[in-house]
Amino acid sequence: MTAAVQTGVDGFLARYRGLRDRLPGDRAERDAAAEAFRRAGLPGRRVEAWKYTDLRPVAAAAFAEPLPPLAADSAWLARIPQLDAPRLVFVDGRYHPELSVPPAALRFTPFAARAEFGKLAQPEREPLVALNTMLAEDGAGLHIPEGMDAGTLHLVSLATDSAGGSTAFHPRHRIRLEPGAKLTLLETSTGDGAYLHNPVTEMHVGKNAELTHVRLQDESTDAFHLATLYVQIDEGGTYDSFVLNLGGRMVRSEVHAHLTGRNGAAHLNGAQLLTGTQHADFTSVVRHDAPNCNSRQTVKNVLTGRSRGVFQGRIEVARHAQKTDGYQMNQALLLSPDAEVDTKPELEIFADDVKCSHGATVGELDAEQLFYLRSRGIPDGEARSILVRAFLAEGLQAVTQDNIRAILEDSVERWWQRQLA
Amino acid sequence: MLEIRGLSASINDKPILKGIDLTVPPGEVHAIMGPNGSGKSTLAYVLSGREEYAVTGGSVTFNGHDLLTMAPEERAAAGVFLAFQAPIELPGVGNANFLRTALNAIRRAHGESELDAVQFLKLARAEAKRLAMPDDMLKRNVNVGFSGGEKKRNEVLQMAILRPKLAILDETDSGLDIDALKIVADGVNELRSPEFSALVITHHQRLLDHLVPTRVHVLAGGRIIRSGGPDLALELEARGYAGLVAEAA
Repeated sequence: MTAAVQTGVDGFLARYRGLRDRLPGDRAERDAAAEAFRRAGLPGRRVEAWKYTDLRPVAAAAFAEPLPPLAADSAWLARIPQLDAPRLVFVDGRYHPELSVPPAALRFTPFAARAEFGKLAQPEREPLVALNTMLAEDGAGLHIPEGMDAGTLHLVSLATDSAGGSTAFHPRHRIRLEPGAKLTLLETSTGDGAYLHNPVTEMHVGKNAELTHVRLQDESTDAFHLATLYVQIDEGGTYDSFVLNLGGRMVRSEVHAHLTGRNGAAHLNGAQLLTGTQHADFTSVVRHDAPNCNSRQTVKNVLTGRSRGVFQGRIEVARHAQKTDGYQMNQALLLSPDAEVDTKPELEIFADDVKCSHGATVGELDAEQLFYLRSRGIPDGEARSILVRAFLAEGLQAVTQDNIRAILEDSVERWWQRQLA
Repeated sequence: MLEIRGLSASINDKPILKGIDLTVPPGEVHAIMGPNGSGKSTLAYVLSGREEYAVTGGSVTFNGHDLLTMAPEERAAAGVFLAFQAPIELPGVGNANFLRTALNAIRRAHGESELDAVQFLKLARAEAKRLAMPDDMLKRNVNVGFSGGEKKRNEVLQMAILRPKLAILDETDSGLDIDALKIVADGVNELRSPEFSALVITHHQRLLDHLVPTRVHVLAGGRIIRSGGPDLALELEARGYAGLVAEAA
């Protein structure tokens, strides 16, 4: 079987023309997104939002259409962390019922079965969201009814490298928590070969609802992982998230969080461990649109080799969002002279009674701590390893569910063992 | 046996130690006293291998090892232990894990088998109990959120577990109340044996009431200006350093 190979913006647009009549959902919305994508293209560093993460390598790569998913191959399940919870598995972007164990209690609808675009995503402003809106075929639609504690759910993306060339897939996920509902979501992305995983997720956390969202990004080191997430948090709602970036060739985790009611909370924590020539980017925009909300963000970077970490954090506080409490911190450990981190915090504050702060640290390991460990007999290499893991362990403390934190700790430990080997 | 001959050291090209001669035979506890800025802490750091200090002259041998050519971890494996004046906080590193890693590194260096978590915890809990330390100090991150006294006791706990042959106590008594002081002194006394020696840096006679030294040395201006028996500490307590420093000048 041969697949059509396409490159660049024209390639994606050609693909849309070919698929247009077969794609589910509102065609007018897709056409508008295609037009927005045609205009914006895949931006390079001259566009401010993409100054540090240049998408030209994505434009230069050739992508084939993903083939229909493979028959159930449970060997793939060994690749993902074991979590005692229902799971929704997407293979090369398509829902795979044989590998999945859908939740019994809550309503799950694949995007392919009922394609509805939400109101939060902004394809006219974000080129990758336009690309996704144009080509999205599948994704997870979840609805948690009022007051329900939906427990834990595992959302998995596997890229199989079975098309004989690079594939591109653009999952579209929508998750809605009605007032008072609760959900813990672990999202794992992994795979083989070169591919583009370009998910867009729209989340709505209703009044007093609580969403815990942990993402483990462990893609192939030849893959592009460009994820955009929109979350609206209503009065008293909490969105508590953590992203761990381990894999990928070029990675962007972009979050737009909108606090729309009093006493809402948005926690956008994360960590990334990069090596070789990996590039990973945390970009976030938190908009405080109501009084008494808090937002918290601590991102830790461990960079080795010639890797590059990017942090762009923006906090916007509307005039009426008094008593806003916003905090941002980006910390980087540079373990090689060729590693680089770029930090761009931005505060845009129109209210006059707010507490907003941001900070960044960049450095090597602390000489006093290192000496303390060595003076106790711990050899230099082992002492360094302890300090790096401690730096990350502190970050992972933000994940409060023990079973999920253990999965992240385990992934970090395996990453670190690979570096030492 | 620790033998220091003509030891000179500087930091950022500023000479601090200007020719120290000192011998500590096995089984003896020597106190080093002296005014602020006399070089006491520098001596402690140079002996334990802190790289920021440049040794500009002299030699240090310890049980036949040329200490100055050894990495800090090699010195620790040879039996040197520094109790820090300001113990370092290690956020994200559990105290028990830290102690077990250190003990096993030293055991490995000696060709001994490593202790597993269960064996280690049994040992650590017994030592912690002896030092009147609550069990949860083993579970907490190293020195993070510890009071001044707890940090000092944690140093003594490490010493009790690592069982060094030469302990250097850098003002371990500072900031301790009288009960904690006794506990610390008992911790060191517990280790005293014909194979163990200690260098106790202190400002005050108080610690030496409980930890009776074999010899007392007065360090001033980077040199040892006087040595004597335990009575010298009492004399210093009564007269202060000023007279001694003037006499030596």
